[in-house]
Amino acid sequence: MIVLNAKGLYYRELNSKIREEIATGSQDIVVKNVNGQRYIGDGITGKARLTLKGTPGNDMAAFMNGLELFVEGNTQDSIGNTMNNGKIVVHGSSGDTVGYAMRGGEIYIRGNGGYRVGIHMKEYQETIPAIVLGGKAGDFLGEYMAGGVIVVLGLDLEESEEIVGSYCGTGMHGGVMYIRGEVDGYKLGKEVKVVALTEKDHEQINRYVKDYVGYFGGSYEDILAKPFSKLIPYNKRPYGNLYCGW
Amino acid sequence: MLREGDVRIPSGCAISGIINRSGQVFSGEDILQSIALMHDRSNGLGGGFAAYGIYPEYEDYYAFHLYYEGAEGREQTESYLNYFFHVAESGEIPTKKTRSIKNPPLAWRYFVRPKPSYLLEEENEDEFVVRSVMYINAECKGAFVVSSGKNMGAFKGVGYPEDIGEYFCLDKYHGYSWTAHGRFPTNTPGWWGGAHPFTLLDWSIVHNGEISSYGANRRFLEMYGYKLSMQTDTEAITYAFDYLVRKQQLPMDVAIATLAAPFWRDIERMNSEKRALLKAVRAMYGNLLMNGPFSIILGSSQGLIALNDRLKLRSMVAATKGEFLYLASEESAIREVCPQPEKVWAPRGGEPVIATLEKRGVQGYDTEYEYAGLSY
Repeated sequence: MIVLNAKGLYYRELNSKIREEIATGSQDIVVKNVNGQRYIGDGITGKARLTLKGTPGNDMAAFMNGLELFVEGNTQDSIGNTMNNGKIVVHGSSGDTVGYAMRGGEIYIRGNGGYRVGIHMKEYQETIPAIVLGGKAGDFLGEYMAGGVIVVLGLDLEESEEIVGSYCGTGMHGGVMYIRGEVDGYKLGKEVKVVALTEKDHEQINRYVKDYVGYFGGSYEDILAKPFSKLIPYNKRPYGNLYCGW
Repeated sequence: MLREGDVRIPSGCAISGIINRSGQVFSGEDILQSIALMHDRSNGLGGGFAAYGIYPEYEDYYAFHLYYEGAEGREQTESYLNYFFHVAESGEIPTKKTRSIKNPPLAWRYFVRPKPSYLLEEENEDEFVVRSVMYINAECKGAFVVSSGKNMGAFKGVGYPEDIGEYFCLDKYHGYSWTAHGRFPTNTPGWWGGAHPFTLLDWSIVHNGEISSYGANRRFLEMYGYKLSMQTDTEAITYAFDYLVRKQQLPMDVAIATLAAPFWRDIERMNSEKRALLKAVRAMYGNLLMNGPFSIILGSSQGLIALNDRLKLRSMVAATKGEFLYLASEESAIREVCPQPEKVWAPRGGEPVIATLEKRGVQGYDTEYEYAGLSY
């Protein structure tokens, strides 16, 4: 295991150190005192495991391809932007636009996500990205979502907190969202509908919850004891006639 | 120099705020460190700070911070001030040679009170000060008022915020609340008066975003005597709060619901009393609705208020530790000065974070925010 100290390092320096370590074959890298450094893990292809202690900056794991990133702290905005493959596990909460246009890999967040989680996620054949939130999500969850899976568990919320915000699934035209519990109709975007779960849906949910519990603890049975709502788009091309209808 | 309309520079911004709610003063070093961490959100064309509680020896006087681009403006301004105000003290604002700060204007401050004989009928001192600020900004060539509140001051200019802070020796000041801004008035060229914060009396605004409704907001404010001379959108937010809270005496939460109004579909779901109130606000003050992305921190002698646009198109994180409330565009900028906060959260769009001073009578003066109890 290699330990790097990010204290006072500018992001460029820190990221080139991390890249050097990965290039020399290090498989397990711990970075302590991370605070605000942007672009950690961006565009790196590989299988190494990176543990970040602190608060990594914006655009962490953008275009990342295969790394496993464990964050002991909260993350800021736009983690996993257009991420291709790999895994992000955040032992805290995350900011806005988690998994922005994500196209592969998995993101697990113990706590909450901000606004626009999973905006324009996509999938291709067997490559299906997933975002699992333990807490709540802000407005515009799954906005313009084109593929992939979003799971929101709503664990440990206070009375005043709601599992998802308004405009949930606005512009959604692919993929699926599983929200634990009910979602008020007024919160749904015009392009989504709530449908009954199939056996295959339950299998998927079970798998993601099992992994979530594996990373963060909690009771698998208790989480699954509450029924989920399944959200899918009405239409694959909701705006197909917007500008050129006939 | 090219100003608004002649040049366009695209955006990115950082804001930060720290308040000790019991009114304990602390040096400017924390706010400097916090805003400096977000260096990459800035571009060196603007940086600034508002500091509250820094002039206790003159707490009953309006502290005018003035920038002069030439001698003529200074002569004009000083003869105006000497004529209409009792000037208790004046002097150059201390600065330190800082390599990256180029071509600064002359920075001067005056502790003043209006001479009572010049107040118009039914005009109070605040009103007279506002009128004077508008006059100086519009009429005194190359002079502009950077701040005009009691026991507070703004320090701003062209440069990175950490360099502006160093230039004005902010580590030597002690205040109970501080705000900071990095970058620039969005889309407009960098000049010393155009940097954030934008102030009037003891209101100050730092802002990340851009107000696309600026034209409508501006026209509305101009009808009530505000002269928008700083050539940037954020100025309108400051005057909007002044107009709604000080002039119209609306409760603070109603003012907030005017700027970041809930959507009609959400208003329809409210109880009848609240619905009637918000519809009345939209009818009366619809032209002060701020459209476009923003996260702002409003400072005043009452405390700090953070607010995002209702769609939350800009980031904002809040944290508390003991008597302190921290606000910043990025969580890391808070942890840089408070590594282990007790609570960290991201406020929802349109939902303010309000930190009022506990001992308002001491640091604050006269006015106290009222709340209609909308939901916060």
